[in-house]
Amino acid sequence: MPHSARVYFFGTCLIDLIFPQAGLAAMRLLRREGLEVIFPQGQTCCGQPAYNSGYDAAARAVARQQLATFPEDYPILVPSASCAGMMKVQYPKLFAGTADEERALHLAARVHELTDYLARVLDWRRPDLGPPLKVVLHHSCSARREMGVSGAAADLLARLANLEVVEPDHTHECCGFGGTFAVKQPEISAAMAADKAAAILATGARVLVGQDCGCLLNLGGTLAYGLTAKGLTASPRTPDPQAPVVKHIAELLWERTHAP
Amino acid sequence: MPPEFSVRVGQALDNERLRRNIRRTMDGLVAKRRQAFPDTHELTVLRRRGKLIRGQALANLPDLLLELEANCERNGIQVHWAETAAEGNALVLDLLRRQGARRVIKGKSMVSEEMGLNHYLEAQGIQAVETDLGEFILQLAGERPSHIIAPAIHKDRGEIAALFAAHFPEYPHTEDIEGLTAIARRIMREHFGQAVAGLSGVNFAIAESGTLCLVENEGNGRLCTTAPDIHIAVCGIEKVIARLDQLPPLLTLLTRSATGQPITTYVNLISGPRREGERDGPREVHLVLLDNGRSRIHRDQQLRATLRCIRCGACMNHCPVYSRLGGHAYGTVYPGPIGSVLEPQLQGLDRQGELAEASSLCGACGEVCPVRIPLPGLLRRLRAEGVGDGPDAGVPGQGSRRKVLHRLIWSLWRQAHAHPPLYWLMTRLATRLRRLLPIGLGPWARTRTPPVIAPRSLHELARAEGFAHE
Repeated sequence: MPHSARVYFFGTCLIDLIFPQAGLAAMRLLRREGLEVIFPQGQTCCGQPAYNSGYDAAARAVARQQLATFPEDYPILVPSASCAGMMKVQYPKLFAGTADEERALHLAARVHELTDYLARVLDWRRPDLGPPLKVVLHHSCSARREMGVSGAAADLLARLANLEVVEPDHTHECCGFGGTFAVKQPEISAAMAADKAAAILATGARVLVGQDCGCLLNLGGTLAYGLTAKGLTASPRTPDPQAPVVKHIAELLWERTHAP
Repeated sequence: MPPEFSVRVGQALDNERLRRNIRRTMDGLVAKRRQAFPDTHELTVLRRRGKLIRGQALANLPDLLLELEANCERNGIQVHWAETAAEGNALVLDLLRRQGARRVIKGKSMVSEEMGLNHYLEAQGIQAVETDLGEFILQLAGERPSHIIAPAIHKDRGEIAALFAAHFPEYPHTEDIEGLTAIARRIMREHFGQAVAGLSGVNFAIAESGTLCLVENEGNGRLCTTAPDIHIAVCGIEKVIARLDQLPPLLTLLTRSATGQPITTYVNLISGPRREGERDGPREVHLVLLDNGRSRIHRDQQLRATLRCIRCGACMNHCPVYSRLGGHAYGTVYPGPIGSVLEPQLQGLDRQGELAEASSLCGACGEVCPVRIPLPGLLRRLRAEGVGDGPDAGVPGQGSRRKVLHRLIWSLWRQAHAHPPLYWLMTRLATRLRRLLPIGLGPWARTRTPPVIAPRSLHELARAEGFAHE
């Protein structure tokens, strides 16, 4: 597939403040493939936190700011299936029947989740420079269901010769993040996170990798804290020294293919 | 007053036996469904068809209901209309009294649960006897169904054996499933032999032929609808479909989605009472069509999708929230994702609005729904109605979940994210003061190590590495 020489990068608010190195790794990966990567400084948040909480007017106001920030006809690459899903799938609904509907459709049509763009549009392939490593891959629900791109992350990892990639038991199941859900229903969320963390630990992998920083924030925090009694299979508050470190897939791809 | 949702959630999560039972059965049902649909293309086509059939039926609902009524009456099925649960209960009571029935045997019916029929009849001196094995067990335990197709799924065989031992001391104690079933069968047989009145639900009501379709696996449904003199079927008005040839695709979607069965052991097609010269069958068949808020849901084009539901339970089987809580924690007749969508609409957002929050919006429910109800989208819509930000379809309790503090927080969030200079200022402060911010407070940090804000934002790093900004 021919690809555009210029691409926009939408970093997401979570990456901006908590995981900027993941965003930077993604932009470096893209630049190394010969793309001119544009990071508009006016970008903020896709609006999903308010949207999923039912505050549609606030979500629309923030989403409108993104509509204004990516005006040119370039692809918009998003290192998060959740935010990409918001912009690609939900914006057309959020702006349906409003004066901004056409702009929302124009933006939605250009949004790509990062791993999908790397695997299918750029056909990204680089020699694996890293040592043998076992990683456990967590798919976000947005990647799996809303965007239907979860195969791309697995494909990219399979192209690194020295990686052993496994998935946790109940891999189809949500990690319990769900944005404001984790705060509004903390007990249910914690129980889901504990089960997912236990399944991840059981794989024995040293690195947990995923395409969405929301899940990684949730799982990384849970693994670092130790599993709680609400998780069916875990004992209370025993941080596991073998717990895997958490990495966004862009970081892992960059680290293992970049000669320092 | 039942305890608050959060209290019930805590109780459910602390109950390890309950969680084991629910998880085991849900995993089993998920696996069976997967095996029942080996061909994903066929599944896609079937789901599209199912959605279309149910959607068309709802689009013509008033006409189809009149057609159903006319054709039922032609077949000798007497049709009654109930706008509320109370009206439905009164209708059933009147029919039973006219028959002189002191007892009614029941096949499984979620609509009768919705009506609170058993308690109502009990108060009027009429005993309702559940004959579905799961419902029979729950009646002994004095509990409500925790799942719409597998009502006693939260109990394991040890618990059931203990219940039987307490209620039927005349039988030898057993934990053997066949043995327990044999006891239940012997007790039920006596009821089947004596009952003058039977009651059932309806899976699909076919307008063109005036036929009531009822699926089941135990044969108790057939006995309830054929052995007594009078059969009363209670049915939500949304259950109507136009034509008989639309039944097979819906049936295969229903049974395969629910239990992974290609077809249930019994498929009852009821098209009237005993005819002249026939030797068995009920002398009267009555159909009670219940609205109970459904026409209000029907008026909103988006929310109407709620009524496409064929009650297979696949959404709850696949739900990571339901599979950790079980149905009782929801505190409603219909649990799981469809319950969290339906109950706030039936009972009001002021009473059940929190259920719409009991979802991570992971999308598993919408992915498996055989009639493609966009459950996550409907949950989100109800959240918006709850805080008064939706299109306002007259959902009862609309706006009741609006809170001043939440409004303020979202308003500040909006200001910060709709105005880049404000956002830059905020993120600069956050990255520079990162060690001082109380980010670890709140429920998040009760089970997680709090996140640490990075020393530089991606906005800054991108600029420093020379990435263009336009």
